Amino acid sequence: MTNSIDEIAGADFILAIGTNTTETHPVIALQVKKAVRQGAKLAVIDPRVTKLAELADYHLQLNPGTDCALLNGLANVIIAEELWDKDFVAHRTEDFASFRQWVSGYTPQYVERVTGIPADVIYKLAREYAGAENAAILYTMGLTQHISGTANVHAVANLAMLCGQVGKKHSGVNPLRGQNNVQGACDMGALPDVLTGYQKVTSDEVRAKFARAWKVDTLPASAGLTVGEMMAGTQKGCIKAMYIVGENPVLSDANAGDVKEALQKLDFLVVQDIFLTETARLADVVLPAASFAEKEGTFTNTERRVQKVRKAIAPMGRARADWEIICLLAGAMGYTMNYQSPAEIMDEIASLTPSYGGISHARLEKGSLQWPCPNKDHPGTPVLHKEKFVRGRGKFHRAEYIPPQELPDQEYPLLLCTGRRLYHYHTGTMTLRTGALEKYYPGEYLDVNPIDARKWKLTPGCRVRVISRRGEVELVVRITDTIPPGMVFTSFHFPEVPINNLTNPAQDPIAKIPELKVCSVRLELL
Amino acid sequence: MKNLAGKYKKIICVCSGGCTSSGSGKVLAGLQAAAAEKGLAGKVLVRPVGCHGFCQQGPIVTVEPEKIFYTRVTEADVPDILEALETNRPVERLLYVDPTSGKPVVTYDQIPFYSRQQKLVLEKCGCINPENIEDYLDQGGYKALKKVLSTMTPQEVVDEVKNSGLRGRGGAGFPTGIKWQGALSAKIKDKRYVICNADEGDPGAFMDRSVLEGDPHSVLEGMAICGFATGSHEGYIYVRAEYPLAIKRLKIAIAQAEEYGLLGDNILNSGFNFHIKIKAGAGAFVCGEGTALMASIEGSRGMPRFKTARSTEKGLWGKPTTLNNVETFANIPVIINKGSRWYSSIGTEKSTGTKIFSLTGKVVNTGLVEVPMGVTLRRIIFDIGGGIQNNKKFKAVQAGGPSGGCIPADYLDLPVDYDSLDEVGAMMGSGGLVVLDETTCMVDLARFFLKFTQQESCGKCTPCREGTKRMLEILTRICEGKGTPKDIDDLERLSRVISSTSLCGLGKSAPNPVLSTLKYFRSEYEAHINDKRCPAGVCSNLLVYTIDAAKCTGCGACARACPAGAISGEKKQPHAIDAGLCIKCGSCLQKCKFGAVVKK
Amino acid sequence: MSTITLTINGQQVTVPAGSTILKAAEKLGVFIPTLCHHPQLTAVASCRICVVEVTFKGRKKLVPACMTGAQDGMEVETESAAVVESRRTILELLLANHPQDCLTCGQNGDCRLQDYAFRYNVPGAGFSGERHAYKIEDDNPFIIRDMNKCILCGRCVRMCAEIQGDGVIDFAHRGFNTKISTAMDLPLSKSECVFCGNCAAVCPVGALQEKGLRSSARTWEVKKVKTICPYCGTGCSIELNVKDGRVVGVTSCDGEVNGPALCVKGRFGYGFIHHPDRLTTPLIKKNGRFVEASWEETISLVAEKLTGIKNDHGPDALAVLSSARCTNEENYLLQKFTRAVLGTNNIDHCARL
Ligand SMILES: Cc1cc2nc3c(=O)[nH]c(=O)nc-3n(C[C@H](O)[C@H](O)[C@H](O)COP(=O)(O)O)c2cc1C
Ligand code: SF4
Ligand code: SF4
Repeated sequence: MTNSIDEIAGADFILAIGTNTTETHPVIALQVKKAVRQGAKLAVIDPRVTKLAELADYHLQLNPGTDCALLNGLANVIIAEELWDKDFVAHRTEDFASFRQWVSGYTPQYVERVTGIPADVIYKLAREYAGAENAAILYTMGLTQHISGTANVHAVANLAMLCGQVGKKHSGVNPLRGQNNVQGACDMGALPDVLTGYQKVTSDEVRAKFARAWKVDTLPASAGLTVGEMMAGTQKGCIKAMYIVGENPVLSDANAGDVKEALQKLDFLVVQDIFLTETARLADVVLPAASFAEKEGTFTNTERRVQKVRKAIAPMGRARADWEIICLLAGAMGYTMNYQSPAEIMDEIASLTPSYGGISHARLEKGSLQWPCPNKDHPGTPVLHKEKFVRGRGKFHRAEYIPPQELPDQEYPLLLCTGRRLYHYHTGTMTLRTGALEKYYPGEYLDVNPIDARKWKLTPGCRVRVISRRGEVELVVRITDTIPPGMVFTSFHFPEVPINNLTNPAQDPIAKIPELKVCSVRLELL
Repeated sequence: MKNLAGKYKKIICVCSGGCTSSGSGKVLAGLQAAAAEKGLAGKVLVRPVGCHGFCQQGPIVTVEPEKIFYTRVTEADVPDILEALETNRPVERLLYVDPTSGKPVVTYDQIPFYSRQQKLVLEKCGCINPENIEDYLDQGGYKALKKVLSTMTPQEVVDEVKNSGLRGRGGAGFPTGIKWQGALSAKIKDKRYVICNADEGDPGAFMDRSVLEGDPHSVLEGMAICGFATGSHEGYIYVRAEYPLAIKRLKIAIAQAEEYGLLGDNILNSGFNFHIKIKAGAGAFVCGEGTALMASIEGSRGMPRFKTARSTEKGLWGKPTTLNNVETFANIPVIINKGSRWYSSIGTEKSTGTKIFSLTGKVVNTGLVEVPMGVTLRRIIFDIGGGIQNNKKFKAVQAGGPSGGCIPADYLDLPVDYDSLDEVGAMMGSGGLVVLDETTCMVDLARFFLKFTQQESCGKCTPCREGTKRMLEILTRICEGKGTPKDIDDLERLSRVISSTSLCGLGKSAPNPVLSTLKYFRSEYEAHINDKRCPAGVCSNLLVYTIDAAKCTGCGACARACPAGAISGEKKQPHAIDAGLCIKCGSCLQKCKFGAVVKK
Repeated sequence: MSTITLTINGQQVTVPAGSTILKAAEKLGVFIPTLCHHPQLTAVASCRICVVEVTFKGRKKLVPACMTGAQDGMEVETESAAVVESRRTILELLLANHPQDCLTCGQNGDCRLQDYAFRYNVPGAGFSGERHAYKIEDDNPFIIRDMNKCILCGRCVRMCAEIQGDGVIDFAHRGFNTKISTAMDLPLSKSECVFCGNCAAVCPVGALQEKGLRSSARTWEVKKVKTICPYCGTGCSIELNVKDGRVVGVTSCDGEVNGPALCVKGRFGYGFIHHPDRLTTPLIKKNGRFVEASWEETISLVAEKLTGIKNDHGPDALAVLSSARCTNEENYLLQKFTRAVLGTNNIDHCARL
């Protein structure tokens, strides 16, 4: 997030795109609801009628996967009607001229045809967004899990820059991250192309710095493989062994059937987790890890806030904290990792990572810090890009609309969208074992619009087989008009409903995010 | 009656207030039809009017200009009334009979009930058609508004109201001019409100209803003047939903006033705008409390709020708000028209003007009574009210409704004004006066009022919600003969805590009926507790029915009437009641022709 | 900023203009009991337990300290005879309509009613009479709702409306029958309630209790450890309640991100920690079946295998998936391990899901 969670309540206008915030980020949703109570306007872009959409002044139920066109359409109106922030654009951005030119093709009339949103609504929304004193944009996976994910994100950034809604309070471009430390994992360089703090592995200087600190001669210089590429590499036989820590790709990844097949081809698979997940079952070796309650450390939340995690109890049985296991393994492979505590590891991170430079466990004991926090006297940074963007000037990116790769047709006439439910989390490994959540929400449904229900002769509670080109699952039908006609929806929380056997692994070419939000399916009544 | 609406020789006024259920609707329709049939259309006007106040005698028909006063009129009397117009001889059987002299009285100004009143607010009630703005205008209506808009500044209006000494008629008696000054000088300027409190929730009170039903324009005019004086352009009338006729007449009145340019935008071309909306109440007594009323208008549950600033600074939706009672607003045109000096000469120094009381209970003449402040209770109850029914003894008068107190006979010469009533532990409240005679049990009476407040407590604050419940339970125990001496201490302590710590006026005043009866009739409580006796013979659990053997003829009528089979005896022999079986229903007492059954 | 000087129990104190008497008393360290007051919710001054005796401009009266503004020259008595009588009476009234089952109540030890009854020496119900006999609502796995214990402070109502923003519950009925209720008085499970439990978190008595927590530990037996919620990316602060080395529940504290609020997962989704399915020992698959192994054996096996493949096929034949649920320190070490020890950049995690 460019801004902080508590600033949302102070916005005058909130544009929420592809985010079912009340269910996936319930506590952030409190800020949105507060803003609405205080009179802020709320616009929700989402094909589904979420709780948030019910609160909204504008609910744009667009055709799935057409967000980019819609956002460009808004920018088009704002430019055409001279509503953009000329000062901001002139002083803080670049490539406006070419942006202006290519975005001129996104006329409201064209966008209406693509998105299904009437042109006059596009006009109105554009004027409201441009006219707002402080407008914040929120988005989550509904925007990113598309083959056009990167373009979508660029389109959002273009819009915010166009109206000068970045670099000040109560505004900004705010992706809400789905997992508690996904921000931290990225910050720490658990990515194929960057080291900590997004320092490029391709930079000689960066590698030299890390090699020195890590006391090794060299570090690999070319970017590694992403998850999807790893799975493909495994299929082809170039990846021989994998070490998977705390993830369950067999359920969470697109076209999960293929993932399982790929992992089975490996010569050697090590899985380190707190439960024997569907992925762990495929492993040659399973290492028992400690849960969050059993270890010290830090998590970085979606607003870049680094917070202290504290050990409350001892690890179960002979389980160990992940960091201890990694140290053991490194030692066994001839590389000494000798840390007394996670605090010591954080000191090393701080020494190598400018944005974490001022962060230490001792400081965090007194309160959290939002990075960038370059030195030990720095108070942290609630709002990003205040005076300038990290790269200097903000660049308008060309964000062309590309339709989803697989759309309904005669054979697979319905569009399947996947997401999360309030009462569960991710692949359910935790929430299905709480003694409470799974009692209240014990099984999954396929949400179907009443019109489709009539068409396919479905009754509430009937069972159907959902079939895509890649796989099939069985589900109980729930009929609800929160889903638009032509779409069906379910979650990926339940192992007995491995919905990602069906989803489309087609990826966004840049961010490599699979198109989990759109694929086509057909139903068979059981 | 000053004006005869021009051309008419005679006007027949038929009361058409809230008690239209008592048949006045038919009388009105009958008179109108018969008059038309007789070809009197151009000469005689049959006019529906508001309440005459003397409701016990209703339906009432008056004939102007002679001031002839007919009581308890029915449809069957219609031909005679019309006939009398021609003969000029009033229908004798319909005339009011003076209870002392036993002689009929022809005109209302000769009836003590009316002649001893002074009507400022109710003047037009009972002689104008409330659904016709022309009648109101004929009587000088909206002259005050015209005067204010054309010749006065807001500050001058506020000063005039201040000088009049008018105090709020809704109960608390807060000086109206000072309230208006607060709103006029409030810091917030963008939006201000005027609210008329017409929630009238006191059981038995109906003065506000009478004004709204009989003379709605006087309230609208008062509100518009208030709007001008306090810089407000928007008014609400919060009316009890149980007053559908008042709501209907208000709607008609607002529409007519708007049509005549007396409400709405640019009133009388003065540039002043004032709009009035009606909001039907949520049906709870507590919604009459100012903050609860505003919460209710805002769409929340009608619960009082603790005020950190006066409503005239921060009221409805946080904006300066002037809240006044119906009767308070109805006084405003009078003050403007006649001047504050004249107005303040009526009443007492600290309580000026008149006050409408609703006189009920064991008094001969019940109804609405408007008198100058400061007249004595004796005058209201005996001279106007005609004394106690059935020649019973006056015991006390309960003033101020559930939040008021009981005043014993010793204080009959107390002048009735805000401060004197407060001093004796009662209060003006909305002006309810319930007259009690010797057959009233004061503990039972306190219990009755506590039951009301307990049910109506909004439930927000602890002392009122929980405390009144326990007080009620203690009172019930005492009435049932299960009281202990500690109960009086508990009642006193609870009263002290509830009145000093409750959030709103409902709770603060809830113990008053108990405190005042404990003060003046403590011995009755003690008799219930110590002697297990109800001196007034009301509390059924404490009564003992016996048969006086000397008077009993042994007819057996009582035994046949007794539903509990508690009476036995040989034929022609004195009977006896088994106290253990007796359920104290009193059937035997009623049945015995020989007065042999004794209740003690 | 302008200030105000007043006297509380004979001590002078100066506070910013606009402060309440309660704030001023806090500054002096003078105790005033409160039930309905909660710093994060709007004040309503309804319980009246905080009344203090104020003498101002020659008039003496009882006012609620939580909402009455401090004024220059005010004299405040916080424990005068009238104040103590009122507080004791209010407590007696509350207790007269409250089950006297403290011995088995889950909230025992963390209950304001208890604390104040002790402080003001109110041994029990001061009055006999009717008590509520509502059915205890126990049909959901999260919250036990016992309206017989409710003191109608309304904190839950304000919490649900002002912070949770859902307004699921409100006051209903009048007088003694006043009750906190959902629309149509349905159980929470049939209402719009999302079981965030935020209402239970602010209930000062035992009317709303976290089912798991309150049935497994006495309030004084738990040690609270402040940490961060393991679920979504919001990063709410939570307190793990630990008894005998087990996490028996989660409570909210004043988190930097979330204040007192949590969602249903954060507050009630802790059961997985001690679930019997937890892995407690290293496992090695032999002949298609997992067998328990020692750490030494397992780690050397893994080291040997990875080294072998690296030597035979080069470092890029290895790949590592890290976790968005591990700590920063662990993610750092894992990428360091991947790059410095395995010698490849093949590391990623499920950031995109
Ligand atoms: C429980 C309670 C009920 C009340 N009901 C009424 C009412 O029905 N009508 C009314 O005018 N005032 C009522 N009041 C008084 C109002 O709070 C307020 O003082 C009054 O409307 C102000 O108008 P006034 O100054 O013209 O009297 C009530 C007060 C309390 C505490
Ligand atoms: S005194 Fe009674 S009516 Fe007034 S706020 Fe308290 S509970 Fe409600
Ligand atoms: S659990 Fe949450 S949503 Fe439900 S009533 Fe309580 S505060 Fe409201």
